[in-house]
Amino acid sequence: MLNEFVLPNLAPVYPELFLLTMACVILMVDVIMGAAYRGLVAALSLLTLFGCAVLTALTATGETTLTFSNMFVDDAFADLLKMLVYGAVATVLVYSRRYMRDRGLDKAEYYVLMLLATLGMMVMISANHFLTVYLGLELMSLSIYALVAMDRDSARSTEAAMKYFILGALASGLLLYGMSMMYGATGTLEINGVLQALAMGQANGVILVFGLVFLVSGLAFKLGVVPFHMWVPDVYHGATTPMTLFISTAPKIATFAMVMRLLVFGTIPLAEQWQPMLLTMAVLSIIIGNLAAIAQTNIKRMLAYSGISHMGFMLLALTTGVFNGHAALALEAYTSALYYVVAYVLMSLASFGMLLLLSRAGYEVETLEDMKGLNQRSPWYAAVMMFVMFSMAGIPFFVGFFAKLSVLLSTVAAGLVWVAVVAVAFSLVGAFYYLRVVKNMYFDAPSDVAPITASRDMRVLLSLNGIAIAAFGLFPQWLMDLCQEALARSLF
Amino acid sequence: MNSSLLSLAIWTPIIGAIIVLMTGDDRNARIARPLALISAIAGLLVTIPLYTGFDNAASGMQFVEQYAWIKRFYINYHLGVDGISVLFILLNSFITIFVVIAAWEVVETKVAQYMAAFLMMSGLINGIFSALDGVLFYVFFEASLIPMYIIIGVWGGPNRVYAAIKFFLYTLLGSLLMLIALIYLFLSSGSFSILDWHQLKIGMGPQIYLFLAFLIAFAVKVPMWPVHTWLPDAHVEAPTGGSVVLAAIALKLGAYGFLRFSLPIAPDASVYFAPMMITLSLIAVVYIGFVALVQQDMKKLVAYSSISHMGFVTLGFFMIDSTTRMGSTLGVEGALVQMISHGFVSGAMFLCIGVMYDRMHSRQIADYGGVVNTMPKFAAFFLLFAMANSGLPATSGFVGEFMVILGAVKFNFWVGFLAATTLIVGAAYTLWMYKRVIFGEVANPHVAELTDINCREFLILGVLAIAVLAMGLYPYPFTDVMHVSVDNLLKHVAVSKL
Repeated sequence: MLNEFVLPNLAPVYPELFLLTMACVILMVDVIMGAAYRGLVAALSLLTLFGCAVLTALTATGETTLTFSNMFVDDAFADLLKMLVYGAVATVLVYSRRYMRDRGLDKAEYYVLMLLATLGMMVMISANHFLTVYLGLELMSLSIYALVAMDRDSARSTEAAMKYFILGALASGLLLYGMSMMYGATGTLEINGVLQALAMGQANGVILVFGLVFLVSGLAFKLGVVPFHMWVPDVYHGATTPMTLFISTAPKIATFAMVMRLLVFGTIPLAEQWQPMLLTMAVLSIIIGNLAAIAQTNIKRMLAYSGISHMGFMLLALTTGVFNGHAALALEAYTSALYYVVAYVLMSLASFGMLLLLSRAGYEVETLEDMKGLNQRSPWYAAVMMFVMFSMAGIPFFVGFFAKLSVLLSTVAAGLVWVAVVAVAFSLVGAFYYLRVVKNMYFDAPSDVAPITASRDMRVLLSLNGIAIAAFGLFPQWLMDLCQEALARSLF
Repeated sequence: MNSSLLSLAIWTPIIGAIIVLMTGDDRNARIARPLALISAIAGLLVTIPLYTGFDNAASGMQFVEQYAWIKRFYINYHLGVDGISVLFILLNSFITIFVVIAAWEVVETKVAQYMAAFLMMSGLINGIFSALDGVLFYVFFEASLIPMYIIIGVWGGPNRVYAAIKFFLYTLLGSLLMLIALIYLFLSSGSFSILDWHQLKIGMGPQIYLFLAFLIAFAVKVPMWPVHTWLPDAHVEAPTGGSVVLAAIALKLGAYGFLRFSLPIAPDASVYFAPMMITLSLIAVVYIGFVALVQQDMKKLVAYSSISHMGFVTLGFFMIDSTTRMGSTLGVEGALVQMISHGFVSGAMFLCIGVMYDRMHSRQIADYGGVVNTMPKFAAFFLLFAMANSGLPATSGFVGEFMVILGAVKFNFWVGFLAATTLIVGAAYTLWMYKRVIFGEVANPHVAELTDINCREFLILGVLAIAVLAMGLYPYPFTDVMHVSVDNLLKHVAVSKL
């Protein structure tokens, strides 16, 4: 007997539907109007993101709504993360536009793939089902593989795309395998269902743990933490700078959401099993990321390794949530993790945005040498980059300091004082290479004296980005509350 | 009730710095300089009510301001001063003016940035001395590294990059461990308020760890032997203004930290570690004094002399009797007087060296000789400061040293004896340098071409000379302010927290 078809509640997916429609429309617009109207395509893409933000804001109820047979969830956590993703993608579009145009890469595919990747991220963020997670992840990843390979005449980009694709596919495979094990043990693919099955204690322990290992490995691959980090520097280095900018920002938010959904929303009763794995990876990432970054002369590689260590810090916060059972401390820990991700994305946007600002037709800025004497060329942008570097090093008054402080607070509160000491010791190591960038900008004479010729919108946005890094350092309260409230409403 | 004087002391120079930065590049240097001077003077003027309105008889914090800053962690924007900290805010704002004037025509590149860096530094340091919230203290403490890093690195000498990075990383190393100590205190007390921590009961084990964490942070900053090696590098490479601020103010931050954190928060550990602290201080006083004797570079010599003088300060703090647990009032007050006096004297010494360096572009003692023949006015000022540096009575240098030595002899004769040797060694290295640089025949044609100090330099050195003499002849206004607070602190330390 067939069930009567019932239209699912579509309200929670309005933003996704809108984005998908617009992506198709934009593709059509480009085909019809031709290359002369590329500016229109860019404007439409930005408008789409803005529209999504409006829709998300309008449909946000603050309550948890399930739809599509419980496969899709809309909660405060999802709404906040989606907003952050829109912001990050829009910023990437503004920063990258001139770079792509100068190199003849601003084809319509670029915008459409970017929007599709965004759609994938939104699905990941709102997933309440293993298959939805996977669907979103693949939509995002496949779009990004193509985006990395966009500059198809560049051997380095192609190589990076290839590496990214193969390792990414491997990670997806691991994840899928882990999910199948979980399904075998609990009999459900729904994240809520898994949680219930685990709470009842009926699942087969061995299979569960086995599956969990694969799940965690897959997630670690996607996050790019040690020991699954090898692709990160190569891809960051090989991809064109706008793509590096993209990879290092919005997908980090989505991946964080995936980690939260799978490990915290789904398998928190198994925390005792996943927590030591995460802790080990976090500590190793902080150590290896910071040490390896010292040896880099290419800024993109350096920032890749620094990103690994930042992800380690984020994982550290995530791990500490389960050490002591009570909810208040767990909430603190997850808030710290989310805040760290937001801070990292802000800093990452500004740092790669800076490289785009300084690049021009036929000239790629990507080594530490290129930063020399920036203070003489443009004191304001040198100051912005200095904000970013000190923020990444965790020096106050910048957003990175409060991100690190809250992670360390959670860590010490969980009784992991030695981990906090290690994290702090390697922050010191990290400070060295961030200082080196500042040194190049301020203490050395410029090696490149060409004037900075970026478009006005990019200059304004990058300046605002720099100011935001300082402003959230002076007044971190608002952003922290936002993170905490979203998590509190969705988790408990 | 909230007073806003401390906020003004912090933010006036910082806002001034932002305005100065807005003047842009060196084409507008003629605007940047007076603007910086106005900001610095305004910065000093707003601190004067702190002294005139200060109640010497009150033991608690005064001019308190408190607003919630980050509610999630109960972090407050909480400011206040007591008799220990108020003088340093004045000293800092006072010295900033000289730094601005001293650089007037000497610094020619990136003038606005130079001036702004010093003004920012000044505001941040006022923040350190007035913060009563652990995180606020830490934030100011760390943030003040940034302008100093830029100052050393951009306007410094040939080896400036090495010195700047060494300075930054060394200090950061210490303060990061302090951060963990602050977090630990927060988790055990539920508050970031330093005053709450003073009342917090802590077991001996944690006290020892806390003491050590604070020790590393503050010992690097003071600097104490054996973590002093960044200082000579930083001093030698820094521009004159940088050396002045480093020696006159930045070094005091570490010593201040001992009084605000180590002693009152971990009194039992402080008593336990007192012999070690005394030993380290004496090594600094005696050994570093001998190291200073053999220096060829004038700035390095004064840098080592600073370390040796700061050894006196830490010695004064930790002369705690192991049975009565009572610290030495003379020792602590002497140390505080020594800190302020050293602020004037070392600042003046570096300014004097700067005066010579601007003309000769050398700091090597061997390049000089017979300067008195061409620069008599300068030689007179330099003599006064050299005498103050070696602790001649009637100069400010004598008061603090004498009080500490007096306290030390009461505490233990041999400690007092060793500390007193500094009067000989200090006189030896300072006066020997003075003799080689100033006296004798004109050593070479460059010295013969020297011109004496101009109005601007005369003004700076003259005012500092008055300060040095006034403090040496009549130190009462200084000790009177701090007396009640010091007493209170020592009584607090004498009570076990176990």
